[in-house]
Amino acid sequence: MPEFRTVQCVVNDEPREAEIEPRLLLVHFIREVLGLTGTHLGCDTTSCGACTVLFDGLPVKSCTVLGVQADGHDIVTVEGLGSPSELSPVQEGFHEEHGLQCGFCTPGMMLTATGFLEENPNPTEEEIRWALSGNNCRCTGYMNIVKAVQWAAKKMATSGISARGARG
Amino acid sequence: MMAYYREDAKVLSGGMSLIPLMKLRFAAPATIVDLNQIQGLDYIEEAGGYLRIGCLARNRAIVRSELVRSRHPLMSSAAPTISDPVVRNRGTVVGNLTHADPQGDWATVMMCLDGEVVARSTEGERVIPVSQFITGPFSTTLMPNEIAVEVRVPGATNFGEYHKIERKVGDFATVAVGVALQQQGGSVSRVGIGLTGVGPSNIKCYDAERIVSGGGLNENTIQQAAQAAAADSSPRTDHRGSEEYKREMVAVFVRRSLHAAAGIRAA
Ligand SMILES: Cc1cc2nc3c(=O)[nH]c(=O)nc-3n(C[C@H](O)[C@H](O)[C@H](O)COP(=O)(O)OP(=O)(O)OC[C@H]3O[C@@H](n4cnc5c(N)ncnc54)[C@H](O)[C@@H]3O)c2cc1C
Ligand code: FES
Ligand code: FES
Repeated sequence: MPEFRTVQCVVNDEPREAEIEPRLLLVHFIREVLGLTGTHLGCDTTSCGACTVLFDGLPVKSCTVLGVQADGHDIVTVEGLGSPSELSPVQEGFHEEHGLQCGFCTPGMMLTATGFLEENPNPTEEEIRWALSGNNCRCTGYMNIVKAVQWAAKKMATSGISARGARG
Repeated sequence: MMAYYREDAKVLSGGMSLIPLMKLRFAAPATIVDLNQIQGLDYIEEAGGYLRIGCLARNRAIVRSELVRSRHPLMSSAAPTISDPVVRNRGTVVGNLTHADPQGDWATVMMCLDGEVVARSTEGERVIPVSQFITGPFSTTLMPNEIAVEVRVPGATNFGEYHKIERKVGDFATVAVGVALQQQGGSVSRVGIGLTGVGPSNIKCYDAERIVSGGGLNENTIQQAAQAAAADSSPRTDHRGSEEYKREMVAVFVRRSLHAAAGIRAA
């Protein structure tokens, strides 16, 4: 008999509440219970980073966090970047610099980049490469992803918009 | 709570080892006690002659801590080599020690620095040196009703380097060597040398440490210490490299760090 737990959290600025099994992983909670399928499940072994979301502002691999651990916390998924009318600087950077091919790694890449740029808005190329080293991309060879993050940093500096973008 | 649930329960800190084990069904706890709900366990502070690391201090915080860098540079050198930046946002030092992966990096660092685990239960508190805490692969002297609340490191060291060969970011060590020293004007008052990935568990190189603490740092003691550390290792040939290669790299890294500490440019 599965036991259920109530989880109350804020996801992309909206309060959410659900009854879930304690063993449910955060990635499945986000995708299947909340219906936010932008977060991808790649390796399921804490290696690839496709499942990265922001947990109280920090990138975490949601395949290795329990859904119940989100109780009382703030989660941002790729759906929470930018607004329907305006891309966030990081999203725009990936668009402008062609930072994706198949797009599978992209949500995780963008959330890691967003968390990183909030902490270090003016990074060197080397710092960007280290920051993204827990996220794998099998298509692009990383060059354009690094350029996309550099583009976002520049945009943030000139526009004053945060890495996550203007909301509303 | 641990007294109540005992063997049926598992403590969850960062979850970066426990949750992967549960996915593989290597662990199937009936109850999980999530320490993340408890406030005030993520401290990194100095008190009573110890650098104290609370059980919810993440690897992320160690990487960024100026206090850690100023007291034990070996810790600051090792932390950025452990897992990857996203995993470090959750994984903890204490969780790494209690997990006792034979390839784990923190146990080696703590053996170099004479670190101690503080364990607490409803029956009281005890302090266990990390060199006695780890009893083998994935096994420690922690009792089922105990929680490791802190790891603490005495005093300070003014030199520390962790050299780790990994095939890619996030991989465990092919070979890693930690060296920590406290030295003033050519005399060495404290030395720690430890190895990761080259034996059934973490290795503290007592002989190499004695050579340096007894004879100081000179070309002769450095060569001897490097040979002693290599002799302490018992690596196995595997997908990460051959036995001979790993043993040779132990000697190379011990030499490199001791040369750096002595200010000698390697030949
Ligand atoms: C992709 C990847 C790469 C990695 N690479 C490395 C690496 O290169 N080197 C390395 O050393 N590690 C590596 N790790 C392991 C990582 O550092 C883990 O975070 C760490 O080993 C466990 O810490 P945790 O806080 O996540 O512990 P958890 O997963 O929460 O717990 C691990 C174990 O310890 C027990 N436990 C945890 N906290 C306590 C406590 N306070 N008291 C009593 N018991 C407790 C748990 O019950 C469990 O059995 C890697 C992990 C991943 C996912
Ligand atoms: S799916 Fe989580 S790290 Fe790959
Ligand atoms: S764009 Fe295909 S995996 Fe990164």
